[in-house]
Amino acid sequence: MLIDYLPIVFLGVFAVLFAAVNLSLTHLLGPKKPTRVKLSVYESGVQPVGDARQRFSIRFDLIAMLFIIFDIEVVFLYPWAVVFKTFAENEGSGLFILIEMLVFIGILLLGYIYAWRKGGLTWD
Amino acid sequence: MEFTLKTFIFYGFALMTIASALAVVTVRNIVHAAFALMVTLFGVAGLYVFLQADFLAATQVIVYVGGILVLILFGVMMTSGRLEMRIHIERGQLLLGGGISLALLMLLLTVIANTPIWKNLTDDGTQLAPTTERIGQLILNEKFLLPFEVVSVLLLVALIGAALISRKEVRD
Repeated sequence: MLIDYLPIVFLGVFAVLFAAVNLSLTHLLGPKKPTRVKLSVYESGVQPVGDARQRFSIRFDLIAMLFIIFDIEVVFLYPWAVVFKTFAENEGSGLFILIEMLVFIGILLLGYIYAWRKGGLTWD
Repeated sequence: MEFTLKTFIFYGFALMTIASALAVVTVRNIVHAAFALMVTLFGVAGLYVFLQADFLAATQVIVYVGGILVLILFGVMMTSGRLEMRIHIERGQLLLGGGISLALLMLLLTVIANTPIWKNLTDDGTQLAPTTERIGQLILNEKFLLPFEVVSVLLLVALIGAALISRKEVRD
């Protein structure tokens, strides 16, 4: 059972190693000739305006909420997707659970349309 | 060998969860606390794996680490710009918090002591199949079909509520 998680462990270890090795190697080997332009926040980019640590607009809150709601919707899609084939082949109720999921998504789509129509997704 | 390695990893996750949870409540920088909470939530996901609840572990990572934590960070960014906050704790709050924590501990210990499956889970536990398929079969059969669809209504309510609240704040 735990052996099934070995790929995830490998992925995590390689991700950390990749970041750590790259960062430390460039730090150790890379030549350091700093200039004022190089040290700016976005080198060859837009000049920063003001401090980054300021209050963000409350409108981001709706975006985050929408994200979580559809995140949870996706979570429910996983078990559905896993059993869909068995349902369709063995029990012949593929259409039934397809409609079930369409109802599930449809109800949430109503909310999405509501948020959209209310102007929750526009920035003004 | 298998058992010792498993125990070792389990204690690793347990330590990770407890240490980062302590950091959440003791660190003064609220952003650091939020990132410590990320470690805590990952640790809990690891503990779910040990409880053979693989779907729950994945959900924990997707929803809590991926979603709720982002919302908390957004909450930090949307409130005061002061990152370093000195939180003043009264004696009464300390007593109340301690009392509630103690009650929760007693409750959890009672649950642990009265759970018969607990002994099985400390065994190898290979007889337990992945849970995602079984959850899928349960929520799509007649048995839990209605709760499954009600979940979407619940999410709809949350969605409309979020849209309404954000809208109101903008007009003010």
